[in-house]
Amino acid sequence: MRNPLSDTIVNIKPSGIRKFFDIVSEMNDPEVISLGVGEPDFDTPWHIRDEGIYSLERGRTFYTSNSGLMELRKEICSYMQRRQNVSYDAAHEVLITVGGSEAIDIGLRAMVDSGDEVLIPQPSYVSYEPCAILAGAKPVIIDLKAENEFRLTAQELEDAITEKTKILILPFPNNPTGAIMERKDLEAVAEVVLKHDLYVLSDEIYGELTYKGEHVSIVCIPGMRERTILINGFSKAYAMTGWRLGYACGPANIIQQMTKIHQFAIMCAPTTSQYAAVDALKNGDGDIAEMRSAYNQRRRYLLDAFRRMGLECFEPYGAFYVFPCIKEFGMTSDEFATKFLEEEKVAVVPGTAFGDSGEGFLRISYAYSLENLKVAIGRLERFVAKLRSLG
Amino acid sequence: MREELLAIIEKNSRIDLKELAVILGVEEIDVVNEIAALEAEGVICGYHTLINWEKTSIEKVTALIEVRVTPQRGQGFDSVAERIYKYPEVRSVYLISGGFDLMVILEGKSLREVSTFVSEKLSTLDAVLSTATHFILKKYKDHGCAIGQKKEDEREMITP
Repeated sequence: MRNPLSDTIVNIKPSGIRKFFDIVSEMNDPEVISLGVGEPDFDTPWHIRDEGIYSLERGRTFYTSNSGLMELRKEICSYMQRRQNVSYDAAHEVLITVGGSEAIDIGLRAMVDSGDEVLIPQPSYVSYEPCAILAGAKPVIIDLKAENEFRLTAQELEDAITEKTKILILPFPNNPTGAIMERKDLEAVAEVVLKHDLYVLSDEIYGELTYKGEHVSIVCIPGMRERTILINGFSKAYAMTGWRLGYACGPANIIQQMTKIHQFAIMCAPTTSQYAAVDALKNGDGDIAEMRSAYNQRRRYLLDAFRRMGLECFEPYGAFYVFPCIKEFGMTSDEFATKFLEEEKVAVVPGTAFGDSGEGFLRISYAYSLENLKVAIGRLERFVAKLRSLG
Repeated sequence: MREELLAIIEKNSRIDLKELAVILGVEEIDVVNEIAALEAEGVICGYHTLINWEKTSIEKVTALIEVRVTPQRGQGFDSVAERIYKYPEVRSVYLISGGFDLMVILEGKSLREVSTFVSEKLSTLDAVLSTATHFILKKYKDHGCAIGQKKEDEREMITP
């Protein structure tokens, strides 16, 4: 029999997250507490769920247009206008996708040809590199540094650019580091992008979860709206992960080609989710504020706890992750996380699951109640003390 | 920090002051002073515990009583309301818009105790025109808490 598999797929290495997930699942120990999730602990606000239910009651169970409900696209434009003061045309510059993940995939596929280079700052979300490979491009990794608080600098970008570079992926606020890019950081990067005539795929799914001023999108920087696909969605801001709904905003010619792929591969995003999302954008600002304030309290709690136990950690201002450094213990991230799980029954994700430059760090999620965090931090404190006493 | 502080302690008044300062990102002394100010201003009126009495051996009956009253010249509903809320078995009294005037929430040991209170004390007040008593059969949600429901974390243990 012939080999049924594609070499391209087989050669993509499996997600490091998956490996750790399997270890935790195999333990199957009810005492294990996890700080390893990448989704909010809140339920979707009830008024949003209610709209979803209502749309089902009214029998709105058909496909929507390929691009998504016009009403939803208009709400997205109005949201972009009020939050970032940037205008998009609902008819031609917005596409509703199945989560931000789909937008990453089809955004890359719509923009690269074989051999084009895609710049991927790491540590970052696990799907950029495989999606670039699947699109036929060559992923080029930029290793972000702790001393820059894991922000992307103009110099790092400049150093990674070749004649074949076409796209920069900009994953901020960042999963797993919690790093953000402030306006001045974006301006410096934008200058290099313009100079080399690059395009940007800006994944701003955590944009609403920013704890230092308001989130600034790269599309606000002059000259960038024309060369940026902005990706956002409902999962993180409105606690709607399971609804699988995201969107892309960008220049009409790119959105048109993305819509083509979306139309053939997906048809349209889930209708129920789209109706619910309309309500999220119309009436959800208060929910976001409430959740953001809860995340911020937990963030402060964790940073204070690390300070007390002398664990090195830069102050992250975005998403719901902290990224402490564990290099002092002379173990790899993987070893530390595994030992911590075995001995203290707390699951955290090794930084290396998000790229080699995550070595020496852990991703700790604070999408958990303060009570849960307290128990887990107590165990971490004990573990760290034990390691140091052995040290 | 005032609103955020209130939002936190409304849900958990037992939170440790040190921890409160940490999560608010301020000094402990500022929290202490702010709480003292809120108490002095009467913004914070008390610290209570939400108890599901059904899980204890103590029997309690709660009733909501709609009361229609004649307002008193110069004092409106205030003096009648005060006359009613002086009784220790009265938990709450609210002035209500709509078909009746005062909503009285009463807690007693038994149906009989509540009925006796209504018929002998409440109805006999001069200003009270009529009462309608509703007994609470089951509490599903109280003070924003779904009673007796513990939420399980249904998320996967590790996700990207």
